[in-house]
Amino acid sequence: MSGHPAGVPIAWRRELWGSRLRSVFTVLLGLAIAWAGWHVFNWAVLQAVFRPDAEACRALQHGACWGVIAEKWRPILFGRYPYEDQWRAALAVVLLACTTLLSAWPRSWRWWLLPLWFVTLALFVLLMRGGLFGLDTVPTSRWGGLPLTISLAVVGLALAFPLSLLLALGRRSHWPVLRTLCATYVELVRGVPLISVLFMASFLLPLLWPAGWQPDVLLRVLVGLSLFVAAYLAEIIRGGLQAVPRGQTEVAMALGFGRWPVQRDIVLPQALRLVVPALTNNVVGTLKDTSLVTVVGLFELTGALGLALGGDPTWRPFYIEGYLFIALVYWVMCFGLSRYSQWLERRLAPGGH
Amino acid sequence: MSAAPGRDADSSPDGRRAAWLAWAAQGLLVAAIAAGVFWLVHHALEVLRARGVHSGFDFLLQPAGFEISEGWLDFDAGQPYWRAFLAGLINTIRAAVPAALIAVLLGTLLGIGRLAPHVLVRGIAGAYVQVLRNVPLLVQLLMLYFAITQLLPDSTEPLELLPDVWLSKGGLSLPWPVADAGGWWPTHLEWPERGGFNVSGGAALSPEYLAVVVALALYSAAFIAEIVRAGIASVTAGQKLAAQAMGFTPWQQLRIVVLPQALRVIVPALTNQLLSLTKNSSLAVAVGYPELVSVANTSLNSTGRAFECIAVVMAVYLALSLLISGVMNRYNARVALRGWR
Repeated sequence: MSGHPAGVPIAWRRELWGSRLRSVFTVLLGLAIAWAGWHVFNWAVLQAVFRPDAEACRALQHGACWGVIAEKWRPILFGRYPYEDQWRAALAVVLLACTTLLSAWPRSWRWWLLPLWFVTLALFVLLMRGGLFGLDTVPTSRWGGLPLTISLAVVGLALAFPLSLLLALGRRSHWPVLRTLCATYVELVRGVPLISVLFMASFLLPLLWPAGWQPDVLLRVLVGLSLFVAAYLAEIIRGGLQAVPRGQTEVAMALGFGRWPVQRDIVLPQALRLVVPALTNNVVGTLKDTSLVTVVGLFELTGALGLALGGDPTWRPFYIEGYLFIALVYWVMCFGLSRYSQWLERRLAPGGH
Repeated sequence: MSAAPGRDADSSPDGRRAAWLAWAAQGLLVAAIAAGVFWLVHHALEVLRARGVHSGFDFLLQPAGFEISEGWLDFDAGQPYWRAFLAGLINTIRAAVPAALIAVLLGTLLGIGRLAPHVLVRGIAGAYVQVLRNVPLLVQLLMLYFAITQLLPDSTEPLELLPDVWLSKGGLSLPWPVADAGGWWPTHLEWPERGGFNVSGGAALSPEYLAVVVALALYSAAFIAEIVRAGIASVTAGQKLAAQAMGFTPWQQLRIVVLPQALRVIVPALTNQLLSLTKNSSLAVAVGYPELVSVANTSLNSTGRAFECIAVVMAVYLALSLLISGVMNRYNARVALRGWR
């Protein structure tokens, strides 16, 4: 029925107009949707002002002022990054996006992906931070907007992943002490909100560092974020490890594999393959969670919007349009990732292509 | 085949030596971690002493010196810090419980809607879930807070949503049961009254509180909808067909056959979602609703005792998490298959 291409419209027709009651319901619901849709369309398109014209915007009664985006899109997307150097931040994001897209393709899951990521991250930091090849130095305190959001998510996850592997393996260790330690860490961190971990990182790390060399805010937040994310990733990976049948380990042991090679060559590759969709969902979660760092004084996308509009009385009344704009940016990234995760799940399923 | 090292069952000399080695290594690990923690704490205390900051939990007994504007627990600046934290905790619960109730209700409706035999209903529920799930909660919360405090009419001319329910920039006022002076049990409803400048009486919910509860509820509902949908979809089609063949009405099919089986899948995932809702209530600090994290942040800035304040927050959230998982595990034991764990 639903598997057949021609079956779908027929099934829909039956759902919509199958009986008299259904038809009445469909008409009423359709009218409600049309009414709401018309109002949204009228507000967002017909009555809206698209020019960066504050006078026209203030005269609006029932329309959106997209002029605020036209006027402020650069401070929103790049935060306090120096205006004339923003092409560097844009290039860095494009570079990172290209590598991400390439790694999303299962055919490119080869040995060269890891070095490629190192090169990409090095270039990313070089472009953002500058200081070499005649590029002006931009301190991390002036990074902001979308590049900061993306680098927090990517670097936070990249730092969290190895730690989470160790935690997941440690939680299944033969050593009771190690097992208890890893389980305690994971459960403790999963029990507290990210905000408190971020506060902890931004207030406490300076105390633990050697005197004289203070970590900047970005580094502190990255440490806090990855310690937090690692606990969640560890649970996902542990789930994958548990799903690999015991027979696999036993056969490998019988073939003469040692304890570590069994984990590295037999168990982990299968376990990670199983949890790739869950990991992708966690990437979406981390991407959304980066918005919280605005609470500890980093101006990523959400913070940059506050910075761009909050200090400007002319455009402050049009926050809603600004929020809708960054919501759209987040939505495109997160929805894309979750669609990718579903595609990957089908592809990685046994017999999938 | 020799057993893996570290197993107790192996009594050969090799196995025993391996077991000893494993214990020695674990002892070393514990010693190394203890030494590391000791060094870090020592170092941190040194740094604090050099800055002239006192440490310890004794500040909890000192007067707080700041006000908490709303909540069930009366609090003024002369009262000690521990009472401020308690007021914050009560405010957390005051926001999280209504949000959880609304989220479960709305999420269940949306989850059923996503499987409804009508393409438009499925479409609306699906669009809701896809939009709300993929935008950070903080953005939704800030947007809602801005909409409430800037776009609603002033409190001098509030909107009357329902008879005696008033909504304005100043928040929402609605009738509320109150007790007579000296009594404990509510005896009559107090009705909000519209005055010249604002609405007084009844329950006055601040815009911060409204934004937090509504944003948390709408966001969590999107996740709960997916959980409910997965739960209902996990019940095989044969079960429903069999129920139809037995002559059950659609409502009976849902109540007697589908839901009891779906709940086994739903409850553990729902537990996680409620835990994350409680933890997400800490975002309220961004709009200035005085819940636990916000109170801790204020105390931290006025006393400088970062570790102590954050430790209190973490301990309270851990206790809350344990409490919620305890209650939900009880409930899960009731809906789970007998003899299963």
